[in-house]
Amino acid sequence: MSILITINGREYGAESGQSVLEIATDNGIYIPTLCNYEGIKPQGCCRVCTCLINGRKMTACTTPATDKMVVETNNQDLEWIRSTIIELLFVEGNHFCPACEKSGSCELQALAYRYRMMAPQFPYSFSARDVEPAHGTLLIDHNRCILCKRCVRWRPEPEAPGWFVFVNRGHETRIKFVHERAADFNKSLAQAAMNICPVGAIIRRGKGYDVPIGRRKYDKLPIGSDIETKERS
Amino acid sequence: MNKPLIATTSLAGCFGCHMSIMDLDDRILQLIELIEFNKSPINDIKTLSKECDIGIIEGGCANSDNIRLLKEFRKNCRVLIAVGECAIMGGLPAMRNNSASISECLQEAYIDCVSVQANDEGLIPNDEELPMLLDQVYPCHEIVKIDYFIPGCAPRADLIWDVLTALISGKKMELSYECFKFD
Repeated sequence: MSILITINGREYGAESGQSVLEIATDNGIYIPTLCNYEGIKPQGCCRVCTCLINGRKMTACTTPATDKMVVETNNQDLEWIRSTIIELLFVEGNHFCPACEKSGSCELQALAYRYRMMAPQFPYSFSARDVEPAHGTLLIDHNRCILCKRCVRWRPEPEAPGWFVFVNRGHETRIKFVHERAADFNKSLAQAAMNICPVGAIIRRGKGYDVPIGRRKYDKLPIGSDIETKERS
Repeated sequence: MNKPLIATTSLAGCFGCHMSIMDLDDRILQLIELIEFNKSPINDIKTLSKECDIGIIEGGCANSDNIRLLKEFRKNCRVLIAVGECAIMGGLPAMRNNSASISECLQEAYIDCVSVQANDEGLIPNDEELPMLLDQVYPCHEIVKIDYFIPGCAPRADLIWDVLTALISGKKMELSYECFKFD
């Protein structure tokens, strides 16, 4: 069923069942996201895509659009929420950007660039985390994990279970590779897992620093500019 | 009007950020027209001889001497700028914060490490002349108030130029996206 939805004061036609994020993206409006990934069921756990939907703050990735819905994607309050979440994620883990394989292609870092984060306003936690040789093809660096659950929700084959799970609870929550099926895991799956990770928590062994500075994903243009240029074209 | 006085120092850093200042290339001649350097590795003046307008800090605080120097800069500089990842978040030296205690670090560096030679007695330097290592490496803004931050490892020369000229002339900073990096 076709519906009409107002985003930032302009009306757009959409199909009911589409998420607010999908409709915005289709129409060249960038809403920052971290835990969301195309092809993986949305979870709404990072809250970076928080928008004002019918006057309430809700996550754009998990909110299905309804007819006559009014959405505001960008105002001072929302930008403050987003930049504060980014700052909190930076102090919660140990994000040593200069020493990270994902630097330049990291979505967390790219969002910090977009919001021009000079220094987080919160004290660094420097929490004790491990680097885990999870598989012959894979490293897990828990220092960098933001628990977005992308890898846990990821299903390379729709019917098969995923390759990663959450273990422990609360602040001790960690991602864990499913060792029982390690024999079936290979280099290309490791590369796919590395691509799905928004930060440098999942690293394919023997891969890293292979793209020179200046040619990495977010070196020249801010995250989201591919979506925003769609609007202009 | 007197030129603004700038003092710079490196705490627990690698001097890479100072190299980035040198990377201003010919603009360093323009900079000299605009400002005057006080204590800095660039002119090799070792002590702060008077109150400065701008203090530039590279590196975080890893030992007691870093803290002393940082506090001295804060006391004598009207505006204090933390330059580079180490000053902002501890950087590479701070990688010890979440992985090893100070005694484990010293044990590894002076006794256990495979590259250690000629230390049969297992000595760990402990002279009172040496600055005391801190329990962890601290970002500068967790020790004193920092007015501005210039991120990067090292910050691009263009970004340093942008910040310094904006600060001296009172113009708005451009902060171009391509210069604004954490690595």
